[in-house]
Order: sequence, then C-alpha cells, then structure tokens
Amino acid sequence: MSDRVLTVEDLKVSLPVPAGKLRAVQGVSFHVDRGETLCIVGESGCGKTLTALAVMDLLPSKARRLATRLELEGKELSDIGERAIADIRGNRMAMIFQEPMTSLNPAYTIGNQLEEALLRHRRIGRKQARERALYLLDRVGIPSAEIRLKQYPHQLSGGLRQRVMIAMALMCGPALILADEPTTALDVTIQAQILHLLAELQREFAMGLVLITHDLGIVARIATRVAVMYAGQIVETGTAEAIFSAPAHPYTCGLLACIPVPGKTQRGHKLGTIPGMVPSLIGDKHGCRFAGRCPFVIAACGESEVLLEAGGGPGQLVRCIRHTEIAGLTARSPEAVAL
Amino acid sequence: MAELSAARTGIPSAEEILAPSPRSLLRRRIFHHWGLILGGAILAAIVLMALLAPFVSPFDPYDQQLGRKLIPPIWHASVKATWIHPLGTDHLGRDYLTRLLYGAQISLLIGVSAMIISGVIGTTIGVLAGYFGGRVDMIVTFIITTRLSMPVVLVALAVVSIIGSSLTVVIWVLGLLIWDRFAVVMRSATQQVRVREFIIAAQAVGCSIPRILFTEIAPNVANHLIVVATLEMAHAILLEAALSFLGLGVQPPTPSWGLMISEAKGLMFFDPWLISIPGVALFLLVLSINMLGDGLRDVTAPENRS
Amino acid sequence: MSALTTSKAVYTGPIVEARRIVRSFSVSRGLFKRARTLRAVDGVNLSIRPGEVVALVGESGSGKTTLARMLLGLLPPSSGEIRIGGQASATLARRQIAALVQPVFQDPYSSLNPRKSIGSIIALPLRAQQDEEPATWRSRVEEMMDRVGLARRLYDNFPSQLSGGQRQRVAIARALINQPRLVICDEPTSALDVSVQSQILNLLEDLRRDMGLTYLLISHNLAVVEHMATRVAVMYLGRIVEEAETAALFHAPKHPYSQALLQSVLTPEPGLGVPDTQLGAAYPDPLAIPSGCRFHPRCVRVMPRCRTEVPPPVGMSTAMVECHLYDTPFQPKAPA
Repeated sequence: MSDRVLTVEDLKVSLPVPAGKLRAVQGVSFHVDRGETLCIVGESGCGKTLTALAVMDLLPSKARRLATRLELEGKELSDIGERAIADIRGNRMAMIFQEPMTSLNPAYTIGNQLEEALLRHRRIGRKQARERALYLLDRVGIPSAEIRLKQYPHQLSGGLRQRVMIAMALMCGPALILADEPTTALDVTIQAQILHLLAELQREFAMGLVLITHDLGIVARIATRVAVMYAGQIVETGTAEAIFSAPAHPYTCGLLACIPVPGKTQRGHKLGTIPGMVPSLIGDKHGCRFAGRCPFVIAACGESEVLLEAGGGPGQLVRCIRHTEIAGLTARSPEAVAL
Repeated sequence: MAELSAARTGIPSAEEILAPSPRSLLRRRIFHHWGLILGGAILAAIVLMALLAPFVSPFDPYDQQLGRKLIPPIWHASVKATWIHPLGTDHLGRDYLTRLLYGAQISLLIGVSAMIISGVIGTTIGVLAGYFGGRVDMIVTFIITTRLSMPVVLVALAVVSIIGSSLTVVIWVLGLLIWDRFAVVMRSATQQVRVREFIIAAQAVGCSIPRILFTEIAPNVANHLIVVATLEMAHAILLEAALSFLGLGVQPPTPSWGLMISEAKGLMFFDPWLISIPGVALFLLVLSINMLGDGLRDVTAPENRS
Repeated sequence: MSALTTSKAVYTGPIVEARRIVRSFSVSRGLFKRARTLRAVDGVNLSIRPGEVVALVGESGSGKTTLARMLLGLLPPSSGEIRIGGQASATLARRQIAALVQPVFQDPYSSLNPRKSIGSIIALPLRAQQDEEPATWRSRVEEMMDRVGLARRLYDNFPSQLSGGQRQRVAIARALINQPRLVICDEPTSALDVSVQSQILNLLEDLRRDMGLTYLLISHNLAVVEHMATRVAVMYLGRIVEEAETAALFHAPKHPYSQALLQSVLTPEPGLGVPDTQLGAAYPDPLAIPSGCRFHPRCVRVMPRCRTEVPPPVGMSTAMVECHLYDTPFQPKAPA
C-alpha cells in the first residue's frame, strides 16, 4: 500500500456573500503521507478551516468546491456523491474539532456515541464495539473507562472531552485525521498533554495527521511539514526545520518576529509587527495578496499572480518573487526582518 | 501607528474601507423585507384613516337615521345602494363607513394605551429582575407565574362586570393584565446583556446603576421591546373586540368594531355586510400589526448583527 | 482636577494590596440537594507596587478572574481585606476605585457596547466620573485615540465596523482616559491574531512607560508573561502557589505546577517535540478541592505528607512558594 494518504491539488472554495463572491480558498495543494504530520498554519480568515471542511465535504451548503485532485488513499473524492462520502467520513478519515462540547451530542452517553461511530461503518456486534471503545478510552488516557462509557459529555472536563473526541476519531482506524485547532480552547498544560497524545497515537497507528492551528509553537513542536496560509493561498511550505530556521516568505518571517520566545526575545525590546490587515477575499484579485503589508514590496509584486515555486531549502516552496534575496537576509540575521 | 499606513501599492487597505454602519445595514434589511413593508403600509393606512375620520366622512357615527336603515353597501346589486353611504348603513341608520373609521380610532386607541400601560409594567419588572437576579428575580418570577395562571378573558370579564364597562375601564383592565410577555421577554433579554463584558466594564468605570440601565442595557434590549410591543398591541385589540362582542367592553353607541360585530350578529344572514365589514377591518389591522412585528423581529434579530 | 487625584499623587505605597482574601460562592444543585461551596479564591495575599508589571498565571479553576474582579472592586471578598490606594476597598465608593483601577478585557467583541459609537464608549469614564469640563471631552477622547493608534475619523463609527485589534485599542483607550494608576489586563491579546497581538503588546508597553502605569497582567501565555512581566504569581485552585521575579521563575521554577506550566510552553523551536508533563488526567475542580496540598493528585513529586498537610508559604526575599519540598523537615506543625 502506498504511503500517500491524502493528495489535494488546486483546491478552491468560494462562498456567495451579499457583496459578491468570497474566494476563501484559492488553489491550495498539499499532500500527507502515513506517519507524517502536516500543519496548516495561518491567522483568522486565511481559509485553513474551510480547507479541512472541503476535504471532509462538510462545507456550508452555499459553498462551492472545486479541485483538480482530491484523493484519499488513491481514491478520488470530489465526484463520488453524498452516500459514498458519508461512508468514508468517520471511517477512512476523521475530523477533530475545536470545541468538543458542540461536537459531542449532550443527549447521548459517551459509550453510545463511541459505539455508534464504529457500528455505522462496520458489521460487528455491539459488544465488540464496546470493547474497542474501552480500549481506545484507555489508550487516550482516560481513567475509569468503564464508568466513563456511561457518562454524558457535560460530566467531563474540557480536556477529557477532547480525549473522547480523539478516541471517537480512532474508532474505525482511519488513515487520516484532520484536527482543526484541537487544543485552542484548552488550558496550556492540558494542551501539551493532548498534543503529546496525538503525536504518540499518530506514530502508533501510522496515520496521516493534518493539524490546523494559528499557534506557531505547536507547529514547530509537532509538524513534520508545514504549510503557511495567507488570504486563501499557501504562501510557503516545507519541512518544519526549514521553515523555522530559514523562512523565505515575508509573511512567515513577520509572523515569527511577532512571537515572544522566552530566553530569546529581548525584554524591553519591541516585538515585531505586521502592519495593516488581511485584504478582502471578495472578488477578483491579482498580484501578491501580501503586497499591502510587505516590507519588501516592489512594483512588480502587484502586477501578476505570484506562483508557488521552489525556494529556500529542499522541498520548500515559496510564493514570492523576491524569495532568494529574503532567504539570504533571514539566514544571516532573523531580526533584520522584524518589522 | 502602523495600522493607519496607507497602501503602498495604491490599493486602499481593508481598514480604510469600513464595513457599513449598523444603521445602513438595518435600512437595507428593512427595504428587503416585504412583510415588514406591507404590514407597515397597511397599518399606516389604517392610522391615517383613523386620524382623518372627522374630515373624510360628512356623517356623525352616532347619528341615527331610522328612515335610512339597512342600506346595503355600494357593491351590492340592490336598488337601495347609493354612493352617499358607500359602505351602507346599519340597523339604526348610521353610516357604516363613518362608524368604521371612528371604530379604527377606538381600536388603535385601546391598542396603543393598553400596550403602553402593560409595556411600562412588564418592562420595568422584567429588566429589574434580569439585571439584579437573586431575590428580585425570584419575586418577579413568582409574580409572573401567578399572572400566567390567571385566564385573562375571564378575569377581564369578572372585573368589568363588577366595576362596569367603559373605554377607560377596558384600557386599564387590559393594560394591567397583558404585561406578562413584556416581563418574560425583557427579563430574558436583560439577562443576556447583563453578562456581557461591556456591562462589567461600565461598572468598573464607575457608572451608577441607573446610568447602566438606561444607557448601556436599554439600547441593547430595545429591539426586543419593539417586537413585543407590536404583538401585544394586536393582542389588546383582539381582546377588546372579544370583550365588546360579549357586551362587557365598550358600551353602545360607541363605534367599536367588536361591538359592531356583536350588534350585527342577529342580522348575519340577511345583511351579511354588517358583520363582514368590521370583521375584515379587524382582521386587516391585526394582520398588519403582526406582519410588522414579525418583520421587525427578523430585521433586528441577533444573527443579523455582526 | 478633583481632590482625589491629588491624593493619588501623594500616596506611594502599593496601589493594591490583598490580604488573605477569600471568595466563595454557593452553588445550588437543584431544589433538593444541599448547595455546595465553590471556593474560587482561597486565601490570597498579593501586593502590587507602582511601576510593576505583575503577571497572574493560572488555568481554568485557578480563580484568577474572580481575583481580578475583586481587585477591581466589583466583587467584595467573603473574608479578608483589599486595600486600594492605601484605603480599605469597603470604604471606597465605586467611583473612587474606578479612578484608580481600570480593566482591559479579553474579548474585544463583547467588551464594547455594540450600540454606542467609539467616541461615546471612550468618553464613558469621563461621564461616569462626572468630570467637570464636558466641553473638553471630545478633544480628550481624540487625543487618547491618537495615543492608542486609532484614526480620529473612527470617532462616530460603531464597534461592528472595526477589527479585533482596533476594538482592543478602543478598550485600552477607555481604560486609560481617566489616567488610572493600575490597569488590570485580563488576557488582553488571547482573542487576537498573532500579528495583531504583538501590536497590542507593544502598545501596552509604550503606554506603560509614557503614562507611568502599573499593570496586573492575567495571562495563560507564558511567553508573553516572560516578555512583559517583572514579577509572576502562579495561581492554582484559588491560591498563589508560587511568586517570584520573572527571570528567577523562568530560570528555576520551584513548585511542581510551575514547572509543568513552563514545560508546557511550546516555543517555536523545531525538533524539541512535545514534552510529557506527567500531570495525569485529573483536573482541578474548585468544587472539590483536594485535602492537604491542593496540587497533590497531579504532582509528579508527591510525598505522603502532601495528602494531609497544607503546605505553608515559604518566603525567600521577593519570592514565595507553597510546597512541602521546600519546607524544612523538622518544622513543628503550625496550629491549624
């Protein structure tokens, strides 16, 4: 069986809004292999959540999705129809959301929901489903799993609920897990625990993991590869090592300069900033989307669409016409890019 | 400061093109909502008719002309129908159009007055219960529950039969009985606003409680109030019509639509217009108020506010 | 200027002092069950001196929000005393406290009244304090808007037309327009994007220097804390379990909880992985505070006495820690 779990090529998502057509995702391509963690990182409005929803086919009804390729384990997903995708969802690929309280049904017990997740896709008895639920609850670190099966979501803390979500995602042994900000609503210490758990499980079950987040710290610690999104496009992608040690896109550099790092950022020194705001995604645009906020902007930046091309380290792709000069700068002194 | 920097590439930056103001968004929503506009238009027409009643019709609604009784309206194929009385006359020879227009005055007067009285009572206790919570809330909830367990029409009938009925009595009885929805809705709306951080900020800033209630909470619950007010106005109008129909509301010869229906019920099969005209008028009035209320609720719904 | 402001200038002691404050709530569990007591703050001593940036760090259930509300004078302590500007808070009018201590909240979307214009929101403290010169309000508001980086033309706009960062600037302007001495920032940047966070943090730092402000910074983001704070107090289930100068705490945290917290900070440094803090699956529930040391169910270094004895505060110069690891072993048991 090939290692590649997910291939997405040229994914586009648009939404009709009163002011026109909102192009939320504009030609995004990426892939995930077994045992690999891809982190899609970006700020609010960059389109990362809609990208994940597009892969799972959970977009709002008014949204339009287009993709050249959307393959899960080699099977094309974009044209298979409602029923087929419902068979795959939860089965071969599963999603973990940010707010576990709204993803778990408050009216049913944990055990019930876990078993349903399996029984929907497999022809096995309830007793076997229950055993698997117990096994997974134990595996995700929930003590007294027997008792938990009979409890309702509101009886658990946020951290425990998120562990239940992870267990639920694993019930059918999927090849791919999409996690959308799975720890943003949790305390710092619980966040570390959940991420540690996710990393372990991913290794153990050899799954592909796509983790969506805005937190660069999480990305650095957990990602094999990174895709940085801005205004609906991927502006830089590469290994975590490469992106963090030698970022090539001005947006990535700007983001890294914004974050205080204990031990590294000088106290009393100003933090880097990215001036301006994200541009509107409504209507047609050409030229670099980051031009209005970029310290390296030149006239050519606004003229034509900038393509993602090889730059920086091996396997790294950058969407910037000046990336060679910038990479050189950042390698010498990262602070030079602090805006 | 950085955020103000104009675009270096000549494209206006996103923050320079501000989102439309809440007022302009509201205007846009209003003009797109046909129920709101239609209901509002019909209601406006009725109000106009009521206001112009003394000027439009040459007759006196109390003037009995027994020689002209039971003239059918103009659309009847009868030799008696005449443009002098376009809507005919009733069993006492009074011009029906005049009585209809003056009846509009009565209905609207009662609707608005009862709405104001019940609105003041219900909103006050509802907002206080929502803001202070605790014991105040317990007391108010008890009062509301007590009120809700009383059958409104029967109580109104009982009171009126003891005190005697007149326009004033009807207004006050209704006003003192139908405040419950105001109280319930305003209490709930206030509770929701109460926990938002800008209220805590206002407290931290040192605002006095009256100031918080009037300048911070009130604008945020006003839309709920408007919606309930329109609905209760319709409610009051219907209740008055029912009371008058039963003979315990406004007394004859006052031209209340409910009373007109009541007086016409004996002649229902011979001169059906006597019942259908005030009936249709009542229906249109209440319909238009309800459409307006629904429209206002849609247009000011929280989902529409960013 | 009112007499109060001149007295502000004279007093040089701690701006806010909390002594053994406790705040409990009665949580009803239905009509027939007995109500339980939630001890949100369970004996806190904290003193904030002029010019400091004190960070209050803690997770859910730690009581930091309740503590902030008490220091703002919005919630009276169930027991203990709070002194604001040298005077007991119980004796001060709300307005007097408001003149000294102001908040900046986390959520820029709910901390501004959606029905009021920006200018009106920022001027609210002036109105509430019944400032004597209404004619000057507009210009003072505009000056404040300049200072926080808001375009003057936004004066008549509404919060729904502004971005998250701009709204937070409005909240800051409102907090500062009356020149308080202490600003309590409750997670001021958690709801903002990373690129906006740094702008706001820089702004807060600039304003602090320019206006001589003192901050109480409540945050779960330890990287931000390390960058901005002079002193850090770590809260757990209603008590401050460790307090130290920032550098000292980050260099060598003493309390096992502080250690776990610091380990959980995920810095953007690739290759280090996610540490296993070994805290277990128990979670802090203020309705059921563990006996003895309240952290013992999750502590890696738990000892038998931790389950039964409450650790006393052990002070070392400007630091403090409540942990049996630092108790001297032969200390006689203090009377209960």
